Amino acid sequence: MSKKMLAAPYLLWMAGFIIIPLALIVYYGLTDKSGMFTLANVLSIARPEHAKALGLALGLSFVSTVICLLLAYPLAMMLRSRGVGRGSFIVFIFILPMWMNFLLRTLAWQTLLEKSGVINGILSALHLPTQNLINTPGAIVLGMVYNFLPFMVLPIYNVLCKIDDNTIDAAQDLGANFFQTLLRIWLPLSVPGIISGITMVFVPALTTFVISSLLGGSKILLIGNVIEQEFTHGSNWNQGSGLSLVLMIFILLSMALIAKYDQNGEGSTF
Amino acid sequence: MKKTTFTLILAAGLSALLLSACGGSGSSAPSGNSGSTSQADNSSTENASTELYVYNWGEYIDEDVITQFEEETGITVVYDMFETNEEMYPIIEAGAVSYDVVCPSDYMIQKMIENDLLATINFDNVPNIDQIDPAYMEMATAFDPENQYAVPYCWGTVGILYNTKILEELGVEPPTTWADLWDERLSGEILMQDSVRDAFMVALKKDGYSMNSENEEELQIAKQDLIDQKPLVQAYVIDQVRDKMIGGEAAVGVIYSGEMLYIQEEVAELGLDYELEYVLPEEGTNLWLDCWVIPKNAANKENAEKWIDFLCRPEIALANFEYITYPTPNAGAFALLDEELQNNKTVFPDIDSLQNSEVYSYLGDEVDAIYNDLWKEVKSN
Repeated sequence: MSKKMLAAPYLLWMAGFIIIPLALIVYYGLTDKSGMFTLANVLSIARPEHAKALGLALGLSFVSTVICLLLAYPLAMMLRSRGVGRGSFIVFIFILPMWMNFLLRTLAWQTLLEKSGVINGILSALHLPTQNLINTPGAIVLGMVYNFLPFMVLPIYNVLCKIDDNTIDAAQDLGANFFQTLLRIWLPLSVPGIISGITMVFVPALTTFVISSLLGGSKILLIGNVIEQEFTHGSNWNQGSGLSLVLMIFILLSMALIAKYDQNGEGSTF
Repeated sequence: MKKTTFTLILAAGLSALLLSACGGSGSSAPSGNSGSTSQADNSSTENASTELYVYNWGEYIDEDVITQFEEETGITVVYDMFETNEEMYPIIEAGAVSYDVVCPSDYMIQKMIENDLLATINFDNVPNIDQIDPAYMEMATAFDPENQYAVPYCWGTVGILYNTKILEELGVEPPTTWADLWDERLSGEILMQDSVRDAFMVALKKDGYSMNSENEEELQIAKQDLIDQKPLVQAYVIDQVRDKMIGGEAAVGVIYSGEMLYIQEEVAELGLDYELEYVLPEEGTNLWLDCWVIPKNAANKENAEKWIDFLCRPEIALANFEYITYPTPNAGAFALLDEELQNNKTVFPDIDSLQNSEVYSYLGDEVDAIYNDLWKEVKSN
């Protein structure tokens, strides 16, 4: 009995902050303004402007995820080979920016990329032509990679740390070169971490609206921006929720992926 | 009018969800209850209530005024903020939090009146109403025909802010009309407002239509204009127009007149080598008026009236003007200003120079939805 009582705060938390909000989204998403059941909100994803926004969001977050993976994997390997522990300084440096507000960090990028910003200031001081960096898809991808990279590094690093050195040594003893070891030992053994990293980067990148507003100048409409607009400007909670349900499908898909490849929870971030 | 940052969007979005969640679980009174009166007392007699739930725009009051009100009346003020009218509306409509006094804009007040969400104000409790210049009470009849529901708080116009130096470098003469925002020489130098009605106002006014147009054909033309303009636009922003213009990021920007005092002071203070000038486009513009209203489900209506009366006091209105810098409709406060400010036509334009200008009116949910869809087409193009 007393043990059950201990779970009460957590249950309350779950009900208040997870279940009820989710249920509300499902309710709003599947009803119209008069409260009648409808699928129109969900199906409106097929409208050209919504489909385009979703396509663009999928594209940009895919590119960001790939870049994150390409950056994170070698880094995680380096961290491991240096034998640095979990509490090491380098890992700490990596987590450090996450302590700062996400919005502030993105605003900082705005200052860096602006027309009269820091980067263009340096370029013009060197008498190089200034670049149009901000308000482009590239700036959005940069913002996504910057903000979500730690979420890719940490799970991969955690998984790599668990690989026994003897396995690697054995492969090398048997004549495998670096690439063979990478393809046949490192990669297969780190799949749980990679999958976890991909979901940790892809899902928030797919749903973001702040990065695209701040670094894209609101000229590039992602699905997250559409949903935000429905709530804050359109007063149309039903449609916003309906589109959120569509996005949730992608989140469920990624959870299914994790469940399939990461059954032991090895690829957890922390 | 729109001064807060994205942080507020996030915070408000989250709290909106949380609040509606609380509403779902059966609580009708707002949280943070600090008074001694029970809910039953509040609803029957209001004599004993010592609380006031205020819902206002972000950065839209001098906070010392709140403290002063609390000290003078012994009423505890619970103060919440919103960033857009559209975000505020569902919260009042759902009634999960019963705010006592809210400060929406013109068209939103009309929508709230039409949907029977507002209570008439008992002006016997608001003697300072005679401080409000009758011209603005007249302006308010556009959305509150009998002046029953709304007490004007701040007003202003929307116009074009331009950077003299960048325009000179580009060889472009200063803008005088909205149509100048379609000048191809300004490619990448234009900041537009990132809100549906304001963006469409610019295009509709340019084409000589009413900014309250419900004509599908006119709206399609305006949409096409906005799509044509998009390659020239550097960014669609709300609050950041101010800082980006001060930073010399763009040559022209669509901006609310109330930001001008701050901008002029800032430019002088930073010693910049360019000037930022404000122009009211010839085609006419949006004349907006934010007013205090009392929602129908307000639990502390008399306190709300005390609040409104307090804010109508000339010296209080002056303190707020000095903080917000948006033009005040309070004649008493205006009289207290120094002459230079009184004659600052950017802040206080002559009412007769605004003949082509209009006040937004509420167009109904269906037309609103059309505007929203067209805006999404512009943005996704």
